[in-house]
Amino acid sequence: MNENRREFIRKTGLGVLAGLGVASGIFPKSSFETAVASTTHENSSSGTRWGMVIDTRKCKEGCTKCIDACHEVHNVPQFDNAKDEIKWIWKSPYENVFPGESGQFVSEETRERSYLALCNHCDNPPCVRACPTQATFKRSWDGIVAMDYHRCIGCRFCMAACPYGARSFNWRDPRPAIQKRSQAYPTRERGVVEKCNFCSERLAQGLKPACVAECPEGALTFGDLNDSQSEVRMLLEKNHTLQRKSELGTRPSVFYII
Amino acid sequence: MIEKALKGDRIYWGWIVLLLVIISAGVFSYINQLTTGLTLTGMGRDVSWGVYIAQFTFLVGVAASAVMVVLPYYLHDYKAFGKIVIIGEFLAVAATIMCVLFILVDLGRPDRVLNVLLYPTPHSMLFWDATVLNGYLLLNIVSGWTVLGAERKGVPPPKWVKPVIYLSIPWAFSIHTVTAFLYAGLPGRHLWLTAVLAPRFLASAFAAGPAILILVSYILKKTTGFDAGKQAINKLSVIVTYAAILNFFLLGMEFFTAFYSNIPGHMHGLQYLFFGLHGEGQLVPWMWLSVIVGFGSLLVLLIPKLRTSSPWLIAACIGIVVSIWIDKGVGLIIGGFVPSPLEEIVGYIPNLNEIIITIGVWAIGILILTLLLKVAVAVKAQDQA
Ligand code: SF4
Ligand code: SF4
Repeated sequence: MNENRREFIRKTGLGVLAGLGVASGIFPKSSFETAVASTTHENSSSGTRWGMVIDTRKCKEGCTKCIDACHEVHNVPQFDNAKDEIKWIWKSPYENVFPGESGQFVSEETRERSYLALCNHCDNPPCVRACPTQATFKRSWDGIVAMDYHRCIGCRFCMAACPYGARSFNWRDPRPAIQKRSQAYPTRERGVVEKCNFCSERLAQGLKPACVAECPEGALTFGDLNDSQSEVRMLLEKNHTLQRKSELGTRPSVFYII
Repeated sequence: MIEKALKGDRIYWGWIVLLLVIISAGVFSYINQLTTGLTLTGMGRDVSWGVYIAQFTFLVGVAASAVMVVLPYYLHDYKAFGKIVIIGEFLAVAATIMCVLFILVDLGRPDRVLNVLLYPTPHSMLFWDATVLNGYLLLNIVSGWTVLGAERKGVPPPKWVKPVIYLSIPWAFSIHTVTAFLYAGLPGRHLWLTAVLAPRFLASAFAAGPAILILVSYILKKTTGFDAGKQAINKLSVIVTYAAILNFFLLGMEFFTAFYSNIPGHMHGLQYLFFGLHGEGQLVPWMWLSVIVGFGSLLVLLIPKLRTSSPWLIAACIGIVVSIWIDKGVGLIIGGFVPSPLEEIVGYIPNLNEIIITIGVWAIGILILTLLLKVAVAVKAQDQA
């Protein structure tokens, strides 16, 4: 099937166009290579692919330890108006985090819990495709979607492109609104975009992400999705999980056990 | 040639001074924004593009529409457009400069704008848009200025300018197509995720742009006595009519697809814009104004008797411009952000500083257009003398 399709594309001459598109990065390679929908395509990148499994059953209502830890470590400012708000990880109701998932007769328990939302470090990230300066880029060695705050021009194209609302813009100078200055991570300037970085600065020191480390319930598990023996893969094997808006083909690296 | 822009009567200078005053207010507000940040706009985390990007989108259309006079004149040798073609090209120049300015004032770090060229990124549609827009600006300045310069000297335009003009024709289509690609390729923004976005952009551009051209021609006739010719205006009004029909047809397609398929995501954007969603509908009156004014104007344009009478034509052209400006310059961009990816409804109201900057950029564009047309009219008048 796969071979046939490839052959067909080549024969019709579409291959040239497709090749150009892929070479320039406009279309991901997988859109032409897989006969099955790319959302179900596994192991697309070689090497490490960091990912997270969130066991929402364990996540305690009202607890914000992971959020506080993340925002403190990364000098995320606290503004008291929604317009200027910056957040890397937060909690929202079921229908907001999983719009499009089954909404009829959802158990009251499921509906009333809140769910963590953060950047999914998509394997096929639309924000990276949109960014005109490569200030947002996917790290080839571990799949983290990272940002260069010194290159970002603040066009906010990535914010329009991210289907998860994971990105925030510094509408004003963030520094006066940082409660406790952390030395572990640089502060940002006015006029650039920021988001969760999967704690790449902590991973470099062999530490787990701050949210994972701080969760007293053990609801967050972090690991290499490309390693079939990893803890995250074990959880994925044993539980039915959801990715947010998986139908968009972004291949999120954050999974939810509901 | 530029010195011709420096000779004018009191009304001309009064107009220039007025524009300069508005521009200064805009510059002042922009300095304000530069020092405090884009928090001085109505934009926020959820509606992260607003009136700036919306104006940009509308004006790319105006710029592209010059092709509606360039193509018949240069490709089909349609002589009636002989006098209006330069107005079209200069309108394109002014509109493109405004586009670039609207992008600039929208940036969080305008000082880094060159990063787009320093790190060229072919997979970003914004990279292509910047490329085609600047190219288009150059093409129109070169072709407009050269042809006019030759006319002043009373010689035929140099041969090399023909290919430049021919190139500007497909280029005009490309700028608006690529601008549509900015929006149409984003997963999860249902209002924009539609294959007819680029065709609709072109249709609305070819309605609003020539309508503006007709209005500019009337203003020129009134103020300078420069007459683009009855035949040219008639032809343009027919172009406006067909393009407007196509635009509303494509809008209808959007409604059918969204509401017949009944897929919530596809309906939400249109619902929010035209009917209100979960009790929120700040743009509903605007959108209906756009529809009613648009259809009313189209009706006028469809009746040949009215279309050929100046007052009716002027009214209809204003109507078409207003209708499409609301649709493209307000609804389309803001509607794309509501509801948010988390299905929250967050409104957007531009604030005063943002509005003054917006008006300031428009004033810069109008000033450029005034100066360019002043030169053009002076050269054409000398022809006749
Ligand atoms: S969640 Fe959004 S910001 Fe994060 S990688 Fe995916 S598209 Fe980009
Ligand atoms: S705001 Fe910054 S990171 Fe986002 S697309 Fe623009 S340049 Fe890239």
